[in-house]
Amino acid sequence: MNMMHKKQRLAVIGNGMAGMRCVEELLKRDALRYRITVFGAEPHTNYDRIMLSSVLAGEKEIDQIVINPLSWYGENEIRLFAGDGVVAVDRTLKTVTAESGRVEPYDKLLIATGSRPIVPPIPGLDLPGVCAFRDIADIEQMIGASEQYKRAIVIGGGLLGLEAANGLLKRGMSVAVVHLMDTLMERQLDPVAGGLLQRELDGRGLNFFMNGQTEEIFGETRVQGVRLADGREIPGDLVVMAIGIRPNVELAKKCDLDINRGIIVDDTMRTSDRDIFAVGECVEHRGRTYGLVAPLYEMAKICAEHLAEDNAPGAGYTGSVLSTKLKVTGVDLFSAGNFIPGEDCSDLTFHDSARQVYKKLVLRDGRLEGVVLYGDVADSGWYFELLRKREDVTAYRDGLLFGQNIVAAMGNAPKTSVADLPGDYQICGCNGVCKSTITDTIAAKSLTTLDEVRAHTKASASCGSCTHLVEALLKVTLGTTFEEAAPAGMCKCTPLTHEDVRRRIKDEALKSIPAAMSALGWRTPDGCASCRPALNFYLLCAWPGEYHDDAQSRFINERAHANIQKDGTFSVIPRMWGGTTNARELRAIADVVDKYAIPAVKLTGGQRIDMLGVSKQQLPAVWRDLNAAGMVSGHAYGKALRTVKTCVGSEWCRFGVQDSTAMGIALEKMTWGSWHPHKVKLAVSGCPRNCAEATIKDFGVIAVESGWELLVGGNGGIKLRGTELLCKVATSAEVLEYCGAFLQLYREEARYLDRTAPWIERVGLDYVKTRIVEDETGRKALYARFLYAQKFAQIDPWEQNAVQDKPKAEFRLLAEAN
Amino acid sequence: MSEAAAAIWFDVGTIADIPKLGARVVASREGPIAVFRTASDRIFALRDKCPHRGGPLSQGIVHGEHVTCPLHGWNIALATGQATAPDIGCAAAITVRIEAGRIQLRFSPSAE
Repeated sequence: MNMMHKKQRLAVIGNGMAGMRCVEELLKRDALRYRITVFGAEPHTNYDRIMLSSVLAGEKEIDQIVINPLSWYGENEIRLFAGDGVVAVDRTLKTVTAESGRVEPYDKLLIATGSRPIVPPIPGLDLPGVCAFRDIADIEQMIGASEQYKRAIVIGGGLLGLEAANGLLKRGMSVAVVHLMDTLMERQLDPVAGGLLQRELDGRGLNFFMNGQTEEIFGETRVQGVRLADGREIPGDLVVMAIGIRPNVELAKKCDLDINRGIIVDDTMRTSDRDIFAVGECVEHRGRTYGLVAPLYEMAKICAEHLAEDNAPGAGYTGSVLSTKLKVTGVDLFSAGNFIPGEDCSDLTFHDSARQVYKKLVLRDGRLEGVVLYGDVADSGWYFELLRKREDVTAYRDGLLFGQNIVAAMGNAPKTSVADLPGDYQICGCNGVCKSTITDTIAAKSLTTLDEVRAHTKASASCGSCTHLVEALLKVTLGTTFEEAAPAGMCKCTPLTHEDVRRRIKDEALKSIPAAMSALGWRTPDGCASCRPALNFYLLCAWPGEYHDDAQSRFINERAHANIQKDGTFSVIPRMWGGTTNARELRAIADVVDKYAIPAVKLTGGQRIDMLGVSKQQLPAVWRDLNAAGMVSGHAYGKALRTVKTCVGSEWCRFGVQDSTAMGIALEKMTWGSWHPHKVKLAVSGCPRNCAEATIKDFGVIAVESGWELLVGGNGGIKLRGTELLCKVATSAEVLEYCGAFLQLYREEARYLDRTAPWIERVGLDYVKTRIVEDETGRKALYARFLYAQKFAQIDPWEQNAVQDKPKAEFRLLAEAN
Repeated sequence: MSEAAAAIWFDVGTIADIPKLGARVVASREGPIAVFRTASDRIFALRDKCPHRGGPLSQGIVHGEHVTCPLHGWNIALATGQATAPDIGCAAAITVRIEAGRIQLRFSPSAE
């Protein structure tokens, strides 16, 4: 109020990628001109919508896709009303009205309302279990459904639909894709590339229903499936509508701005009202609408220029050339420009059916007009550059199809390394950042790390596929002073890496969490939910028998010795040695289920019995009864040794060559109770038929005529990984020794929350072989350390807590205020 | 003022009944209440229900003046019940006072 110049008021409708990018660009140009107010319909801060498919696929967490946290709004004095969408604009009074009734005046208004999913008028859309693939709420619904249901149907075989289908498949659902056309992604791919893609995704387990027009979604209280116009019926418990998007113009229409398909804007991003700007998926510019991130960011930049300066010079926005990549891990695909050759065009194609590689280039007047690449996209950046800059390629047309290296070898266009690229070469397609911007910023701001370059230039900060180029530029610009991306700190509480922390705990004899935090200069008084459990494990691993376990630094499951469920109840799983049980145990379990009215009983994948729906207060009594029948905790809740799965082996099986059950029980007796960086699963198969599925376990054992094969580093789960052969041993005593030594090496050297698979991928199988197979003295020492630690770890937590008279406070209510 | 005068303070126990960096649960007519104790012995109370999916906050890890929900890792401020960005939501906070080393929670009289 008492400022010298009264600031103008800028209201922004839409807290998404385009709107906030425009605000960022505006702040860069003139941070003082406006008092900014942002309204967002979603109850979140600004996040990277493109990355939702990575969240769905389990490759990223929601907090990793935040672009600007709440603090950014505070630091820039932006008022944010998230979860309060604007419902009306009064152009005469120059005010906006939000859902909550809040009225805000504006001098300038920016509309960035994005787009809405296209939803065809078919019956059943309002059934529970039907959603779009657009925002965080959709993703949460999809992930929730994947945890409870088995079958998903995705309607739409375009970019959006395939990313949704891939994510749901990775979450363990069986997925059907219904597509109206006869080839996939027909707007980005020609029929050959579309066919290759379909074959690949088919092989991964997606079921395609091509030429399928959805007529009805049916179900009683929840969706049960869809019916197609030709009579085909597909059963499903989740239906995702991913046909496409259309500009969200409702608000603009209500306040009488000029609209067509989108809100019509000129080259300065102004609408038909000079004080109202619009950017992003909601606009129509020169007759075109856009749904990819790169053009949205170009528009945001132009719009910011004109918001910052009333008569800004410059050419304005002239439209964008588009390129597309599919974010499905392991599928390499690129498409740009116009790839359907017209009358005056010619096309070059390459197809290697054995390697599943396909390339098609469309040329017109000696210039590249369109590109489709499948299976090998190494040259996509080069082709896109030629296309964007309308380079004449006549001189090297012969080699064009074979890529940049061949063309260079032929003596043309020798741009082989990043150092040789011209300054205006576009490195980051998403954010439109060219090489000179990156190198200039590195020099001007003395940047030394990838994260800094991302923060200052945005290069590689969206989809990340150009990260290697940005790193190469850092290397070239800094010369020898560049160090490969240093490993990140454990969490926001410390810049030290896991390895630093573990080393200093040993070297400096740190024996408690407060001692470690104080010696290592923790930034927070008592850490966070991420570093405290890690520190607790590192300390107990470093100081067996000496360290006093800190219950408050353990995740609830390990504190309550049971698995917390979605409703706050717990599940109880007794240990069944090697997956064996008997009548007495089964009877005791049945009695417990009856006595405590336990609602669900389920067999686990690890050959045990799970009792679900036990309240925390009931746990000690349940344990007491199971203990009385000789059963102990199965540690099914811990970053600990879980189970040893076995087959019946030579005792019963006509193919068995060794007694795998006895071997499994011996392993479980040795390893139970051990704490680890993550859960650890073992299995023993009695013959190479491998019925115990030992090849997807952390430590697997397969019997052969002459002894045992030892396999390491496998797991099921989101990222399936088969084991690798560690070595072959002759006796069961050796199996125990190698297993103990391997687990101890993992305990001592892996990062907390790394399973054995990513740990081995990082250090290499050769390293593990050197330590366990080749170094006999080292192996025996590791084994001895494992057995020593087990002396203090093999205590049944049930017995400790299942006190006869009064349970521990943890399991009692503090008070009843009724 | 009149509201404060009419409020009902309910005694639930002593500070020592709650572990440092931990929580205990008080059953109430309107659902469970989580009572937290920080490293510096401050006491807070929230409805034991995460604004995200209703997870029991009492079972989370307490750090500083926040608790991390055990179900999906939302961080909730103990003093206000507000979720930490990017998450937005709020668990209802219950007023706490310490009288002679005993913890008392304030209930609105309408609940009686």
